[in-house]
This record gives sequence, structure tokens and C-alpha cells, in this order.
Amino acid sequence: MEIAFLLAALVSVACVTLICVFLLANGVPAMREIGFFDFLLGRTWKPGADIYGIFPMIVGSIYVTGLALLMGVPIALLTAVYLAYFCPKRIYRMIKPAIELLAGIPSVVYGFFGIVVLVPLVRALGEPFDGRGNSILTASMLLAIMILPTIIGVVEPAIRAVPRSYYEGSLALGATHERSVFAAVMPAARSGVQAGIVLGLGRAMGETMAVIMVAGNQARMPKGIFQGIRTLTGNIVMEMGYATGLHREALIATGVVLFVFILLINLAFSALKRRDAR
Amino acid sequence: MKKRSRHPGSALLRLAVHAAAGTTVLVLGFLVGYILVRGVPNLRPALFAPTYTSENQSMLPAIVNTCTMTLCALLLAVPVGIGASVYMVEYAGRGSRIVRLVRTTTETLSGIPSIVYGLFGMLLFNNAMGFGYSLIAGALTLSIMILPLIMRTTEEALLSVPDLYREGSFGLGAGKLRTVFAIVLPTALPGILSGVILAIGRIVGETAALMYTSGTVAKIAGLSDSGITLALHMYKQASEGLYIEEAYATSVVLLVLVLLINFASGRVAARIGGKRG
Repeated sequence: MEIAFLLAALVSVACVTLICVFLLANGVPAMREIGFFDFLLGRTWKPGADIYGIFPMIVGSIYVTGLALLMGVPIALLTAVYLAYFCPKRIYRMIKPAIELLAGIPSVVYGFFGIVVLVPLVRALGEPFDGRGNSILTASMLLAIMILPTIIGVVEPAIRAVPRSYYEGSLALGATHERSVFAAVMPAARSGVQAGIVLGLGRAMGETMAVIMVAGNQARMPKGIFQGIRTLTGNIVMEMGYATGLHREALIATGVVLFVFILLINLAFSALKRRDAR
Repeated sequence: MKKRSRHPGSALLRLAVHAAAGTTVLVLGFLVGYILVRGVPNLRPALFAPTYTSENQSMLPAIVNTCTMTLCALLLAVPVGIGASVYMVEYAGRGSRIVRLVRTTTETLSGIPSIVYGLFGMLLFNNAMGFGYSLIAGALTLSIMILPLIMRTTEEALLSVPDLYREGSFGLGAGKLRTVFAIVLPTALPGILSGVILAIGRIVGETAALMYTSGTVAKIAGLSDSGITLALHMYKQASEGLYIEEAYATSVVLLVLVLLINFASGRVAARIGGKRG
């Protein structure tokens, strides 16, 4: 019976191996055919003319993710601080489970909220700049909202894990409550904070449906935050339905690029978590 | 601590912290409130008619498919996930190479975005294994996706079973296997269950992994047919832009369903916490 349990444990190893093998086997030949650098750094994506350059999508993913972190991370961190050190117990008991629940909202629901609320809002904001509703800004605002529960969920426990004596010691030295939290407690929770940010980064980069619902999905270099953009994830979903031949393989190769990005992010996350545990 | 300091920097920080927390609560509260307020009036009985037509965007077929999908994915993933966790906690020695390898791979799996699962599922189950667009291809894909979640929660639940229970069982002459099945697993059941419920929530809300595995045919499907799930149904309505009212209705059903599922998971998990404390 031990063998059966062992086999079950090895299923996850087999899955990771299979995922790598299948993605690489189907994606790498296309990269070779297109030319590795033409594929990664090409600025034109025109499947009709057999030109496959995903640089606009790579830049698009980075822009959208970066802006989302810029907007979401400060709010998430400060909210985590609030929950850990400022929040009355009574309110904590209501907010904490609510935020945990919200982490589970499906991305289509977020996407729909983006379509009906954020898109008109950004359209109005971007009016003076000849902007659109479906734009980089819309997508990153939506992602910023989506990663709030994720980051808070990692950072708040990390802040709480800092020994109370740090805070008390700082108070005893005459620092104010706020200063004790930010100057004594937060530095000690640093790797937890970093882990939370990296997790949010991974989530934002890998998010698909919510982003394609509001990003506009034009496959060209970004021209400003009020203009549309296509992300790596969006590229796969938009065209996989009808792609054939090299076009289809190029889309799978897009998946490989995304996969590599995510693996790097995960590596960073587990390294940070391990440092935190020590 | 109640005394407010008059230090200007501190006051600023206090303000920022409260503003951020307020923003988080407001934004997320607004999102849920907005969907509910706009969506509930659009819930019409016709939307739960047995068949879907382009005039009447019934979500019943999608709901049935979602149930089938959830059941299949759980049947595939739960036994494997529990078996794997039993090995990790009860059998493997601490710090064994296999445990480290398995832990690394599950961590990797849990970070992979759902669209990559979708691509992989399409390549392996739809094409290589020849299932084509089908519920079973989608269920297989999702079962891999929820495996790390089930393993993590089950492991935690198993670890929280006190060693005294195991020693007591051994002391009464039970073997390892008997101890696992008669003592450890039943004690860990609430924890395992809460993980399973959480997994249901993920399956119900999933779209990107299913679009190119189980496909988007809007009728009640058998295992080998393509069938749309509720979340994909909602994506189609929202992105086509023709059925916004129906999309509101679907989003309410989806949102309430997922929130209820996650709430249930939290309650089950809280029960073990309460029993221990």
C-alpha cells in the first residue's frame, strides 16, 4: 500500500514533467522555425503574413503587470498593516474573512465588473488624450483590485509573525505606535512582504480572462496608457480558437514564454518564503 | 495605545493606513454590491429553462455541466491528493529527497496560470489522447490544477493530528495502514473537506483552462461531448456584448455560488480549529 501512496505523491512530479515536455515539444520547433530572436524581439504580429513577433505582447504584459503592482501593492501593504496593528478586534473579525472570501471571486466576474464599471470610467478619464475605454490603464486597475486579497493574504500573517517584543521595545524607546510598526516591525517582516508582492506579480502576469475582457487586445507596441494592448495570455486565448499550422505553434510558443516567466517568478517566491521560514 | 500621538509623521502614516484599508474594503464591497444590485433584478425564471437558445440565454445547461465537471475533477484529484499527502506525512522520512522533490513540484503546479493548464490540457488530452473538446478533457485538466490545493490542505490536516492518536493506535496493535485509515484520516476529515470545498470553488470559477479543453457548446453534455460551464457561459455573454442583462444575471449566480462555497470551506475549517482550542 505504501507503493500506492508513493505513486500518488509522484503524480505531481509526473504532471510537471508532462507539462514541460508537451509545451516545449510543441512550442520550441515553432520558435526555431520563426527564429528565436525574431520571435522574442520581433515587433510585428501578423499571422496572415506569417510574421510572428511577440515583443509587443511581452512589453504589454510587463506594462500591465507593472502598473497593477504600482497601484495595488501600496494599498495592499497598508491594508495588511491596518489588519495587523490598527484594526479593532470587532472590525477585524468582519473584514478578515471578507477579504479571504474575495480572493476566490472568479476572474470572469472581475472582468465583467471591468467592462461595466471601469471601462466607462477610463473612457471618460482618457477623453482629453484621445484615449479608449479598453486600455492598459483599465487592465492594470482591474488587476490591481484582483491582487489585493492575494497580497494581503500573504503579508498580514508575515507581519503578525514578527515577535511582539520588537514593537514593544520600540514603544519603550519612546517611538509612536505608527513609527514602531513601520520602523521596527515592517523591516523584520521584509521577506514576507516581498513574497506577497511576488505572488501578486505572478497572479497578475498569469491572469487571462479578466485582462482580455478590458485590455483591447491590439497586437502592437503600446502607445500610451489610454491605448489598448495585448498581453501574452491574451494572445493565446484570442487566436487559439481558429489558428492552424505555424500560427498555432507560435501561440503555443507564446505559452512557453509565459511559462518561463512564471517559473522564474515562482522560483523567486519560494526562495523568499524559504528565507522567511528561517 | 489609545492615546493619539501628535507627531506629524505618525499622523500621516495613520491616515495612509486607514485610507488604504478603507479603499480596499470600499472597492471590493462596491464590486460585490454592484453585481448584486444590478444582477438580481435580471434573474428571470426563463434563464433556468432546460435548453439554451440565442433568444433565451438559459444557464441551466451550463450549471449542469459545471456540476458534472466538478464531480469528475474531484473524483480524479481527491484520491490522488489524499494518497500523496498520506505518503508525505505518514510514510516518508523527514527531509527525504522524494518529499523535497514532490514539494517543489506541487509549489510549481500551484503557481502555473490557468491558461497554461488550458494549453497543456488541449495538447495532451484533446489532441495527443484524442478526446477532442469534451467534459472529460476539461475535468482531467482541472484535476491537475486543483491537485496542489488538495495536497496542501490535506497535509496540513494530517500534520495537525496529534501523534498521541497514532501511538495509541499502534499500542492497541493496529498496523500502519489501519492506523492511517481508521484513526488519522477520520480525524483529519474536516481539514481535508475544507480543502475539497475550496477546490470546488476554483473549478466553478475557472475559465481559461476550459476554453480549449471542454469547449463552449451550450447544451447539457455527456463526458465525451463538449459542454460549456457556467463561468465560460458568463464570459461569452459579457464579451459578445449582446447579452449584458443576462450576463448580469449569470454573474450574480456565479458570484453567490463561489462566495457560498468559500464561506462553507471557511466554516468547516473553523470547526476543527474550534474543536482543538
